[in-house]
Amino acid sequence: MKRRKVDLKALPGKAAEEVDTRLPVATPLRSVLNKVFPDHWSFLLGEIALFSFIILLLTGTFLALFFEPSLQEVRYDGSYLPLQGVEMSRAYETALDLSFDVRGGLVMRQMHHWAALLFMAAIVVHMFRVFMTGAFRKPREINWIIGLSMFWLGFTEGFAGYSLPDDALSGTGLRIASAIMLSIPVIGSWVTTSLFGGEFPGEIILSRLYILHVFLLPLILLALVSIHVGLVFVQKHTQWPGPGRTNKNVVGERMFPRYAIKQGGFFMLVFAVIALMGGLFQINPIWLFGPYEAAVVSAGSQPDWYVMFLDGSTRLMPAWDIRFLGYNIPPLFWPTVVLPGILSVVPMAYPWIEARWKKDKGSHNLLQRPRDVPDRTGLAAMAGAFYLVLTISGGNDIVADKFHISLNAMTWAGRIGLLVLPPLAYYFARRLALGLQQHDREVLAHGVETGIIKRLPDGRFVEVHQPLAAPDEHGHTDLPYVGWTVPKKMNRVGALGPAIRGFFRPIEQPAPPRQEEQPREEITTGKH
Amino acid sequence: MTPDTPRPAAGAPKQRSRVRRRLNSALRMFAALVFAGGIYAIVAPGGAQGAAPLTPAAEAGKALYDVSCITCHGANAQGVDGRGPSLIGVGSAAVEFQVETGRMPAARQEAQAERKDPMFTVDQSRQLGAYIQELGGGPQLPEGEDFASKGKIARGGELYRINCSSCHAFSGGGGALSSGKYAPSLEPATDRQIYAAMLTGPQNMPVFGDNELSPQDKFDIIAYVQSLQSDSDPGGWGLGRFGPVTEGLAIFLVGVVALVFAALWIAGKS
Repeated sequence: MKRRKVDLKALPGKAAEEVDTRLPVATPLRSVLNKVFPDHWSFLLGEIALFSFIILLLTGTFLALFFEPSLQEVRYDGSYLPLQGVEMSRAYETALDLSFDVRGGLVMRQMHHWAALLFMAAIVVHMFRVFMTGAFRKPREINWIIGLSMFWLGFTEGFAGYSLPDDALSGTGLRIASAIMLSIPVIGSWVTTSLFGGEFPGEIILSRLYILHVFLLPLILLALVSIHVGLVFVQKHTQWPGPGRTNKNVVGERMFPRYAIKQGGFFMLVFAVIALMGGLFQINPIWLFGPYEAAVVSAGSQPDWYVMFLDGSTRLMPAWDIRFLGYNIPPLFWPTVVLPGILSVVPMAYPWIEARWKKDKGSHNLLQRPRDVPDRTGLAAMAGAFYLVLTISGGNDIVADKFHISLNAMTWAGRIGLLVLPPLAYYFARRLALGLQQHDREVLAHGVETGIIKRLPDGRFVEVHQPLAAPDEHGHTDLPYVGWTVPKKMNRVGALGPAIRGFFRPIEQPAPPRQEEQPREEITTGKH
Repeated sequence: MTPDTPRPAAGAPKQRSRVRRRLNSALRMFAALVFAGGIYAIVAPGGAQGAAPLTPAAEAGKALYDVSCITCHGANAQGVDGRGPSLIGVGSAAVEFQVETGRMPAARQEAQAERKDPMFTVDQSRQLGAYIQELGGGPQLPEGEDFASKGKIARGGELYRINCSSCHAFSGGGGALSSGKYAPSLEPATDRQIYAAMLTGPQNMPVFGDNELSPQDKFDIIAYVQSLQSDSDPGGWGLGRFGPVTEGLAIFLVGVVALVFAALWIAGKS
């Protein structure tokens, strides 16, 4: 039989052609693969959230193979001794089995939980980047709203997730959630009883949370993630101003191969960090919390960090009971229903608020440096301070206990801090931005500070400046500010990047200094 | 009955009955006095026992008491207003707990006395306990040093979570109470100290008497608390077992910081 000759080099091309004749993908794929992305470290923060989400899907699928969201009463007979013979729900039992009896189950559980914390942390950090650089402005308002929605969906998804194991801590969290729902005037009791299928805790809640956690919310999140990233493709990524960069072009690298390879590498790094944390740091030790019983509420019961600000607002809220039209509005209503309501609606409207405030209806593809918009930077600092005070107050009993501060003092510090610190943060951030602006202008007018101090004949000391262009008769240069880094050091002059390449240490080592001619000692020693 | 209203039919018997009545009432008075005195002698603990001589251990304890405790707790442990409470009836269990954990003598008056290096040896603190016990009575600890081995860990865990975790936290690491008071960490506590704390309710802790938690319940709880200390964290470093507070701190200080550096590094590679 005659052997057919196979040309290995032509194989991929032929295979691709076979595919393309059946599915016309080459043309659209070419434009996607050739898509140019600008490169900056701050553009990778959202990617951390995206990659954490992928890891959440992978580890979550593994956990779902072994977990049963059932409230059926069982007696534990697994390998964790301190709980043997204890009555618990099937959900808690399977969560314990996942931790102690399923091979690799504990590290998967811990990776899943750390990835969830990282997902939310990356969303918040990414949101701050987008806000402070003005990336939410027209035409990207929709993506800003989708991003905010994903924060609240992730918030709900995370809450549903850590409520599932039915340990004492998650049960306490569910109890608080039911109390929050009960606090809504008029409809509160209907909302609670319909969600829990009667009185708390009922027997149906875990199955409902489970379907929410493993199906409904991940599906919506996945859809929103696709739209979010798709819109970045359609609307193109924003870029920093700089040489050759305008509002109408994108300067960067093609999607394929370099950008895709870099993203693949970054995914590996995110995976590595989550895997390391899952293997090295214990998270949510449900076996220490014990099974949920209504009478068990441990000291130091906190929600995960992204929910902690609501715990904090509840702790800071004074016990003001208001009666209105025959209805009682409990104090819990304000910090846990009204506050998140405001916090979710106002930021969504912010792009339009700012457009009206700054009287700017134009499209913007170039980013702004935080220093160039001091008001907005001040607002970001204000929001950050507000959130931080609430989050710390959510753990104020731990802070009080470990740093030997009175818990009452912590509560009052939180109350006063919540009102005083955000305006202060606004003021300082705004002044800082203005100061940095001023310094940029100074360098553009006078040149780079060289660090050389000169004494004039009349005795004065002045610093020698290196002008960035030919100066006029007063020694001033008239250079425009283009919204990007102004060189502030001599070795940054004349290049965009740093003169010395290398991240942790210089790649190119300077040549070793020439050795001084040594006297030839061997001749003198030879004489002996 | 008065002489102004004589009854003729009762002349001679009246004389007789008056004597008898006097005698009767005197007897009744005597009986009542004996009864009252007897009750007093049975019920009242003070007089007779106070006079009884102290055992040698209590005598040694009294010597220590008179130089180290008397300033605040007063002579005969009756307490000094504004300085220290009376120790009558607190029992040797309370004394052992407070002295062996170094809480007494207290460094200063504040929300709560802190655990510190004890000033007295174990023997001395038991002598002090013996003195207070003989002075005013009160709860005492059972014999022995090892209570943990007598208890069942799983049952102790259930009791611990219901009775103790609301202040000492699920981990036994302690927690904050109001106005600078706190539930201390159970990590350094010995079996006898945990038993004594439950029995006497020191400082802000409620008393768990034998009718609330039987001695066997207490042994179970001690077994669980001590197993918490010896139980190594299977998931890696426990982050102090503080729960979500330190976990949230870790994700920012380790996770986000590491990945921001990774982003700086990757974005710099162009």
